[in-house]
Amino acid sequence: MNSEVWIWAEQRDGRLMGVSSEILGKACQLAEKLGVGVAAVLLGEKVEGLAKELIAYGAGKVYLVEDPLLRLYQSDLYTTVISELVKRHKPEILLLGATAVGMDLAPAVAARVDTGLTAHCVDLTIEEVKNKSLLVAAIPGFGGKIMVKIACPEKRPQMATVKAGMMEKPSKDEKRQGQIVREKFELKPAEMRARTLEMVEEKPVGIPLEEAETVVSVGWGVQSAANLNLAKEIAGLLRAAWAGTRPAVDRGWVPEEAMIGQSGKLVSPKLFISLGASGAMAYAVGFLKSKVVLAVDKNPDAPIFEMCDIGIVADLSKLLPPLAEEFKQAVS
Amino acid sequence: MALEIVVCIKQVPDPEQFSKITLDPVKGTIRREGIPSVINPLDKHAIEEALLIREKFSGRVTAISMGPPQAKEALQEALAMGVDEAVLLCDRALAGADTWATAYPLAEAIKKLGKFDIILCGNETVDGATAQVGPQLAEFLNIPHVTNVTAIEFTSEKSWNVRRAIERGYMKVALELPSLITVLKDINQPRLPSVIAIMEAAGREIRSWGCGDMCLAENVVGLVGSPTQVVGTFEQEVKRAREIIRGSEAEVAKKAVKRLKELGAL
Repeated sequence: MNSEVWIWAEQRDGRLMGVSSEILGKACQLAEKLGVGVAAVLLGEKVEGLAKELIAYGAGKVYLVEDPLLRLYQSDLYTTVISELVKRHKPEILLLGATAVGMDLAPAVAARVDTGLTAHCVDLTIEEVKNKSLLVAAIPGFGGKIMVKIACPEKRPQMATVKAGMMEKPSKDEKRQGQIVREKFELKPAEMRARTLEMVEEKPVGIPLEEAETVVSVGWGVQSAANLNLAKEIAGLLRAAWAGTRPAVDRGWVPEEAMIGQSGKLVSPKLFISLGASGAMAYAVGFLKSKVVLAVDKNPDAPIFEMCDIGIVADLSKLLPPLAEEFKQAVS
Repeated sequence: MALEIVVCIKQVPDPEQFSKITLDPVKGTIRREGIPSVINPLDKHAIEEALLIREKFSGRVTAISMGPPQAKEALQEALAMGVDEAVLLCDRALAGADTWATAYPLAEAIKKLGKFDIILCGNETVDGATAQVGPQLAEFLNIPHVTNVTAIEFTSEKSWNVRRAIERGYMKVALELPSLITVLKDINQPRLPSVIAIMEAAGREIRSWGCGDMCLAENVVGLVGSPTQVVGTFEQEVKRAREIIRGSEAEVAKKAVKRLKELGAL
């Protein structure tokens, strides 16, 4: 077998997205296990510099497609180009970063080339399944600590999307050698049935969740406005980023972009404080890499107490006032 | 000219009771007995947007769902909200489908419905949360798609500009119908059906289509037709101290903060 392991390298405005180097690091490990090469697929306008960066991160080869029409993400053109490259070179595996763009693109490519796609991978390994070396993705199951292993036994490439922060960033070595392969495409504006006109990126407000040293995260159990205010007060005292579970987002307590978990953000702060969340695996994967986890919930049997360093079984309305007071003294 | 609008919805376990869901450790399938089902929250926003589009341009809204017979409840709720017609794809052979094998029968059903101008989906479900079915469905129908849509600006009936959310910002995308969009909750506030509408919807007919109705071979749908397969389960090892602090609220608050200091977390 000599089919390569591929990643799609996402760029926005000529910047390489962090998740792309992270999945490249994982792709290198998978390729080594399979004894095959690693390649990145890079689309954009004047992005050769990024191809060199990808080589420094470990790509043995970069398939480069440059065209002014590819400057911004265009779902039709990107799907066509990547699907065509897959048909030309038949990679064994294709990984994509699960960004808003990657999650728009990956399912379209998977459908176009007729293969399976696995989302929310917490880990990716090569395992022997029925005498085949397959890509096995671990994804969170419901409740408890159960993880489900997913594989794509027959169709190729085996495709998966991975969130930012899930895989370790590989080291960068400018001395690494690699090959840049320019691929030719005749792209026409008429092929863009949906046309991205512009991309606007806003400056982050407050402490970016991914960079915060402390995160206060609330769940459905917070219930009252008084509890919510106290939780926010604690976040303020600790200069913590504000986050929460899906039910907390649905209630409008936490903005969508601050949702923790498999369909939200993955964080690894020094201190993660979880208030009123039971600890479903889909949420827990978002903070597994935190240094210290403090959890508070009313239900003593909640799975969150198996995922924390310090656990408190308490009613938030009774605990939060003294807890806020203690934090106030601790930081003053 | 009126628009043919299709909205795809899924019945999911009530997200507020997710903690009660367990996983069958052998089969890798979820056990959700006793947990009430609801329309996937984002799908309600898709229904609302479909109704708003119909109110703007006139036309017909068809809600479509794939699931067990019980999923009729979700379609009845959609009818109560105001959709014109409802179709349930229901066949034992469809069970256990991954996203590919979900999008494929949906595409075949939509083709069977006839002409369509716009297809709406919730961006993701609360259970699987893959956000994959929308774009896959668009591919199978050979139409463009835009995910993460938070606003639509109607430049004309069949030419729209949509805003799609990305990390810390947005993209503006020009779209020609027919197209598929998947929506986020910021796009609108779903209406609540009136009691009368709920009662009327309960008596409405919901078409139920099986594989035969869509001329689908059973080996391309359901578990056997899914390219991805569950090959095992395991317990995630969580290496944590799991130190439970006990006492009165005032005591535990004091102890917890003291421990956090000792651990260097404060």
